[in-house]
Amino acid sequence: MTMNALAEITLNHYLALSGIIFMIGAAGVMIRRNILVIYMCLELMLNAASLALVAFSRFSTQPILEGHIMVFFIITVAAAEVAVGLALIVALYRLRQTTNVNDLTTLKF
Amino acid sequence: MHMSFLPSSEALFFWIAAVGLVGGAVSVVLNRNPVACALSLAVTFVFLAGLFVTLQAFFLAMVQIIVYAGAVMVLFLFIIMLLDIKEEAKRPFPWGKALLASVVAAVFAVFFHRVLSELPNGGMVLRWESAAQAVDAKSVGLLLFSQYLLPFEATAVLLLVATLGVVILSRRVAK
Repeated sequence: MTMNALAEITLNHYLALSGIIFMIGAAGVMIRRNILVIYMCLELMLNAASLALVAFSRFSTQPILEGHIMVFFIITVAAAEVAVGLALIVALYRLRQTTNVNDLTTLKF
Repeated sequence: MHMSFLPSSEALFFWIAAVGLVGGAVSVVLNRNPVACALSLAVTFVFLAGLFVTLQAFFLAMVQIIVYAGAVMVLFLFIIMLLDIKEEAKRPFPWGKALLASVVAAVFAVFFHRVLSELPNGGMVLRWESAAQAVDAKSVGLLLFSQYLLPFEATAVLLLVATLGVVILSRRVAK
Protein backbone atom coordinates (compact mmCIF):
# COMPACT_ATOMS: atom_id res chain seq x y z
CA MET A 1 0.00 0.00 0.00
CA THR A 2 2.78 2.43 0.95
CA MET A 3 4.87 1.32 -2.04
CA ASN A 4 1.81 1.82 -4.23
CA ALA A 5 1.32 5.39 -3.01
CA LEU A 6 4.91 6.10 -4.03
CA ALA A 7 4.86 4.35 -7.40
CA GLU A 8 1.42 5.33 -8.70
CA ILE A 9 0.78 9.06 -9.01
CA THR A 10 -2.87 10.02 -8.66
CA LEU A 11 -4.90 13.23 -8.65
CA ASN A 12 -4.77 13.16 -4.85
CA HIS A 13 -0.96 13.41 -4.96
CA TYR A 14 -1.15 16.63 -6.94
CA LEU A 15 -3.91 18.08 -4.76
CA ALA A 16 -2.05 17.20 -1.55
CA LEU A 17 1.13 18.80 -2.94
CA SER A 18 -0.88 21.88 -3.88
CA GLY A 19 -2.32 22.03 -0.35
CA ILE A 20 1.16 21.71 1.20
CA ILE A 21 2.55 24.54 -0.93
CA PHE A 22 -0.49 26.67 -0.09
CA MET A 23 0.05 26.09 3.61
CA ILE A 24 3.79 26.87 3.39
CA GLY A 25 2.88 30.13 1.63
CA ALA A 26 0.24 30.96 4.25
CA ALA A 27 2.71 30.18 7.06
CA GLY A 28 5.21 32.53 5.40
CA VAL A 29 2.62 35.31 5.25
CA MET A 30 1.95 34.85 8.98
CA ILE A 31 5.58 34.43 10.12
CA ARG A 32 7.61 36.83 7.99
CA ARG A 33 7.89 40.55 8.71
CA ASN A 34 9.46 41.81 5.46
CA ILE A 35 6.66 43.00 3.18
CA LEU A 36 8.53 41.86 0.04
CA VAL A 37 8.95 38.33 1.38
CA ILE A 38 5.27 38.29 2.40
CA TYR A 39 4.49 39.19 -1.20
CA MET A 40 6.64 36.27 -2.43
CA CYS A 41 4.72 33.92 -0.13
CA LEU A 42 1.47 35.20 -1.64
CA GLU A 43 2.85 34.25 -5.06
CA LEU A 44 3.52 30.76 -3.67
CA MET A 45 -0.13 30.44 -2.63
CA LEU A 46 -1.25 31.59 -6.08
CA ASN A 47 0.98 28.99 -7.72
CA ALA A 48 -0.43 26.24 -5.49
CA ALA A 49 -3.90 27.07 -6.80
CA SER A 50 -2.64 26.90 -10.41
CA LEU A 51 -1.20 23.43 -9.77
CA ALA A 52 -4.56 22.19 -8.45
CA LEU A 53 -6.40 23.61 -11.48
CA VAL A 54 -4.05 22.01 -14.03
CA ALA A 55 -4.25 18.70 -12.15
CA PHE A 56 -8.07 18.78 -12.18
CA SER A 57 -7.96 19.53 -15.91
CA ARG A 58 -5.61 16.62 -16.61
CA PHE A 59 -7.49 14.04 -14.54
CA SER A 60 -11.00 14.85 -15.79
CA THR A 61 -12.91 11.98 -17.40
CA GLN A 62 -13.48 13.89 -20.66
CA PRO A 63 -10.65 16.00 -22.01
CA ILE A 64 -11.36 19.55 -20.81
CA LEU A 65 -9.06 22.52 -21.23
CA GLU A 66 -10.85 24.99 -18.97
CA GLY A 67 -8.26 24.47 -16.23
CA HIS A 68 -5.48 25.47 -18.62
CA ILE A 69 -7.39 28.59 -19.69
CA MET A 70 -7.99 29.55 -16.06
CA VAL A 71 -4.31 29.14 -15.17
CA PHE A 72 -3.37 31.21 -18.21
CA PHE A 73 -5.57 34.03 -16.90
CA ILE A 74 -4.22 33.57 -13.37
CA ILE A 75 -0.64 33.99 -14.63
CA THR A 76 -1.59 37.11 -16.60
CA VAL A 77 -3.43 38.71 -13.68
CA ALA A 78 -0.61 37.71 -11.28
CA ALA A 79 1.94 39.48 -13.49
CA ALA A 80 -0.15 42.67 -13.44
CA GLU A 81 -0.69 42.27 -9.71
CA VAL A 82 3.04 41.90 -9.03
CA ALA A 83 3.79 45.07 -11.01
CA VAL A 84 1.17 47.13 -9.12
CA GLY A 85 2.05 45.59 -5.74
CA LEU A 86 5.77 46.27 -6.11
CA ALA A 87 5.03 49.85 -7.21
CA LEU A 88 2.95 50.25 -4.03
CA ILE A 89 5.81 48.84 -1.93
CA VAL A 90 8.27 51.27 -3.53
CA ALA A 91 5.87 54.18 -2.89
CA LEU A 92 5.50 53.04 0.72
CA TYR A 93 9.29 52.77 1.11
CA ARG A 94 9.69 56.32 -0.19
CA LEU A 95 7.25 57.53 2.45
CA ARG A 96 8.50 55.51 5.44
CA GLN A 97 11.99 54.19 4.56
CA THR A 98 11.06 50.70 5.77
CA THR A 99 9.77 47.34 4.48
CA ASN A 100 9.09 45.89 7.92
CA VAL A 101 5.36 45.43 8.51
CA ASN A 102 5.83 46.08 12.24
CA ASP A 103 6.63 49.70 11.38
CA LEU A 104 3.65 50.08 9.04
CA THR A 105 0.77 50.14 11.50
CA THR A 106 -1.01 53.36 10.60
CA LEU A 107 -4.21 51.47 9.67
CA LYS A 108 -4.15 49.36 12.81
CA PHE A 109 -7.36 49.68 14.82
CA MET B 1 0.49 -8.24 -12.07
CA HIS B 2 3.11 -5.61 -12.58
CA MET B 3 5.95 -6.49 -10.17
CA SER B 4 8.72 -4.10 -11.10
CA PHE B 5 10.57 -2.37 -8.27
CA LEU B 6 11.64 0.41 -10.58
CA PRO B 7 9.27 3.37 -10.30
CA SER B 8 7.44 4.44 -13.44
CA SER B 9 8.86 7.50 -15.16
CA GLU B 10 5.66 9.39 -14.20
CA ALA B 11 6.31 8.69 -10.52
CA LEU B 12 10.04 9.45 -10.80
CA PHE B 13 9.49 12.86 -12.41
CA PHE B 14 6.65 13.69 -10.02
CA TRP B 15 8.71 12.99 -6.91
CA ILE B 16 11.78 14.88 -8.15
CA ALA B 17 9.64 17.94 -8.97
CA ALA B 18 7.58 17.62 -5.77
CA VAL B 19 10.64 17.45 -3.48
CA GLY B 20 12.22 20.40 -5.31
CA LEU B 21 9.01 22.40 -5.08
CA VAL B 22 8.50 21.84 -1.35
CA GLY B 23 12.20 22.42 -0.63
CA GLY B 24 12.17 25.70 -2.57
CA ALA B 25 8.97 26.84 -0.87
CA VAL B 26 10.33 26.10 2.62
CA SER B 27 13.53 27.93 1.70
CA VAL B 28 11.49 31.01 0.66
CA VAL B 29 9.87 31.10 4.10
CA LEU B 30 12.99 30.35 6.17
CA ASN B 31 15.75 32.38 4.48
CA ARG B 32 16.47 35.67 6.24
CA ASN B 33 18.18 37.24 3.23
CA PRO B 34 15.54 38.59 0.77
CA VAL B 35 17.78 37.92 -2.26
CA ALA B 36 18.07 34.25 -1.23
CA CYS B 37 14.27 34.18 -0.80
CA ALA B 38 13.78 35.52 -4.32
CA LEU B 39 16.20 32.98 -5.81
CA SER B 40 14.46 30.14 -3.92
CA LEU B 41 11.19 31.43 -5.35
CA ALA B 42 12.68 31.20 -8.85
CA VAL B 43 13.67 27.58 -8.14
CA THR B 44 10.09 26.92 -6.96
CA PHE B 45 8.67 28.37 -10.18
CA VAL B 46 10.94 26.18 -12.32
CA PHE B 47 9.96 23.02 -10.41
CA LEU B 48 6.28 23.99 -10.73
CA ALA B 49 6.81 24.26 -14.48
CA GLY B 50 8.30 20.74 -14.25
CA LEU B 51 5.09 19.55 -12.56
CA PHE B 52 3.07 21.14 -15.37
CA VAL B 53 5.19 19.08 -17.77
CA THR B 54 4.37 15.88 -15.85
CA LEU B 55 0.69 16.87 -16.29
CA GLN B 56 1.45 17.34 -20.02
CA ALA B 57 0.54 21.03 -19.90
CA PHE B 58 3.54 22.04 -22.00
CA PHE B 59 2.20 25.45 -23.04
CA LEU B 60 1.53 26.44 -19.42
CA ALA B 61 4.98 25.16 -18.40
CA MET B 62 6.57 27.51 -20.94
CA VAL B 63 4.33 30.43 -19.89
CA GLN B 64 5.21 29.72 -16.25
CA ILE B 65 8.96 29.85 -17.01
CA ILE B 66 8.74 32.97 -19.19
CA VAL B 67 6.32 35.03 -17.08
CA TYR B 68 7.16 33.90 -13.52
CA ALA B 69 10.80 32.77 -13.60
CA GLY B 70 11.53 35.50 -16.15
CA ALA B 71 9.49 38.66 -15.71
CA VAL B 72 8.17 38.41 -12.14
CA MET B 73 11.50 37.29 -10.68
CA VAL B 74 13.38 40.10 -12.41
CA LEU B 75 10.87 42.58 -10.94
CA PHE B 76 11.32 41.16 -7.45
CA LEU B 77 15.13 41.15 -7.63
CA PHE B 78 15.13 44.64 -9.14
CA ILE B 79 13.04 46.04 -6.29
CA ILE B 80 15.18 44.24 -3.65
CA MET B 81 18.34 45.75 -5.14
CA LEU B 82 16.69 49.17 -5.61
CA LEU B 83 15.50 49.42 -2.02
CA ASP B 84 18.77 47.88 -0.78
CA ILE B 85 16.98 45.66 1.73
CA LYS B 86 19.25 44.25 4.40
CA GLU B 87 19.09 40.82 5.91
CA GLU B 88 16.35 40.58 8.52
CA ALA B 89 17.61 40.92 12.07
CA LYS B 90 17.65 37.82 14.24
CA ARG B 91 14.78 37.90 16.69
CA PRO B 92 13.39 35.39 19.20
CA PHE B 93 11.38 32.63 17.57
CA PRO B 94 7.68 33.67 17.56
CA TRP B 95 6.24 30.69 19.48
CA GLY B 96 2.76 32.21 19.70
CA LYS B 97 2.56 32.73 15.96
CA ALA B 98 4.02 29.27 15.27
CA LEU B 99 1.31 27.77 17.49
CA LEU B 100 -1.38 29.75 15.64
CA ALA B 101 0.07 28.65 12.30
CA SER B 102 0.11 24.96 13.32
CA VAL B 103 -3.52 25.16 14.51
CA VAL B 104 -4.55 26.71 11.17
CA ALA B 105 -2.52 24.06 9.30
CA ALA B 106 -4.12 21.23 11.30
CA VAL B 107 -7.67 22.52 10.61
CA PHE B 108 -6.79 22.95 6.94
CA ALA B 109 -5.33 19.41 6.78
CA VAL B 110 -8.49 17.89 8.30
CA PHE B 111 -10.75 19.68 5.79
CA PHE B 112 -8.36 18.80 2.97
CA HIS B 113 -8.31 15.12 3.90
CA ARG B 114 -12.10 15.10 3.96
CA VAL B 115 -12.31 16.64 0.49
CA LEU B 116 -9.66 14.32 -0.98
CA SER B 117 -11.31 11.16 0.40
CA GLU B 118 -14.67 12.13 -1.12
CA LEU B 119 -13.33 13.09 -4.53
CA PRO B 120 -14.79 10.70 -7.16
CA ASN B 121 -11.71 10.55 -9.41
CA GLY B 122 -9.12 11.24 -6.70
CA GLY B 123 -7.53 7.82 -7.14
CA MET B 124 -7.16 8.14 -10.91
CA VAL B 125 -3.61 7.13 -11.83
CA LEU B 126 -1.41 9.34 -14.01
CA ARG B 127 -0.41 7.73 -17.31
CA TRP B 128 1.36 9.80 -19.89
CA GLU B 129 -0.44 10.02 -23.22
CA SER B 130 1.31 9.97 -26.56
CA ALA B 131 2.23 13.37 -27.97
CA ALA B 132 -0.63 13.18 -30.50
CA GLN B 133 -3.24 12.86 -27.74
CA ALA B 134 -1.74 15.32 -25.27
CA VAL B 135 -3.03 18.87 -24.88
CA ASP B 136 -1.00 21.16 -27.12
CA ALA B 137 -0.72 24.93 -27.44
CA LYS B 138 -2.95 24.85 -30.53
CA SER B 139 -6.01 23.50 -28.75
CA VAL B 140 -5.53 25.90 -25.82
CA GLY B 141 -5.15 28.80 -28.25
CA LEU B 142 -8.24 27.82 -30.24
CA LEU B 143 -10.35 27.73 -27.09
CA LEU B 144 -8.83 31.00 -25.86
CA PHE B 145 -9.64 32.83 -29.10
CA SER B 146 -13.16 31.43 -29.54
CA GLN B 147 -15.08 30.72 -26.35
CA TYR B 148 -12.91 32.84 -24.06
CA LEU B 149 -12.24 35.75 -26.40
CA LEU B 150 -14.05 38.32 -24.25
CA PRO B 151 -12.13 37.51 -21.01
CA PHE B 152 -8.95 37.48 -23.09
CA GLU B 153 -9.66 40.99 -24.36
CA ALA B 154 -10.60 42.07 -20.84
CA THR B 155 -7.12 40.91 -19.74
CA ALA B 156 -5.64 43.33 -22.26
CA VAL B 157 -7.58 46.20 -20.65
CA LEU B 158 -6.49 44.95 -17.20
CA LEU B 159 -2.83 44.99 -18.21
CA LEU B 160 -3.22 48.50 -19.62
CA VAL B 161 -4.84 49.71 -16.39
CA ALA B 162 -2.06 48.04 -14.36
CA THR B 163 0.59 49.77 -16.48
CA LEU B 164 -1.11 53.15 -15.99
CA GLY B 165 -1.42 52.46 -12.26
CA VAL B 166 2.27 51.65 -11.93
CA VAL B 167 3.25 54.82 -13.80
CA ILE B 168 1.03 56.97 -11.58
CA LEU B 169 2.16 55.22 -8.38
CA SER B 170 5.85 55.58 -9.10
CA ARG B 171 5.61 59.25 -10.12
CA ARG B 172 7.35 61.42 -7.57
CA VAL B 173 4.85 63.68 -5.85
CA ALA B 174 5.92 67.32 -5.75
CA LYS B 175 6.09 68.53 -2.19
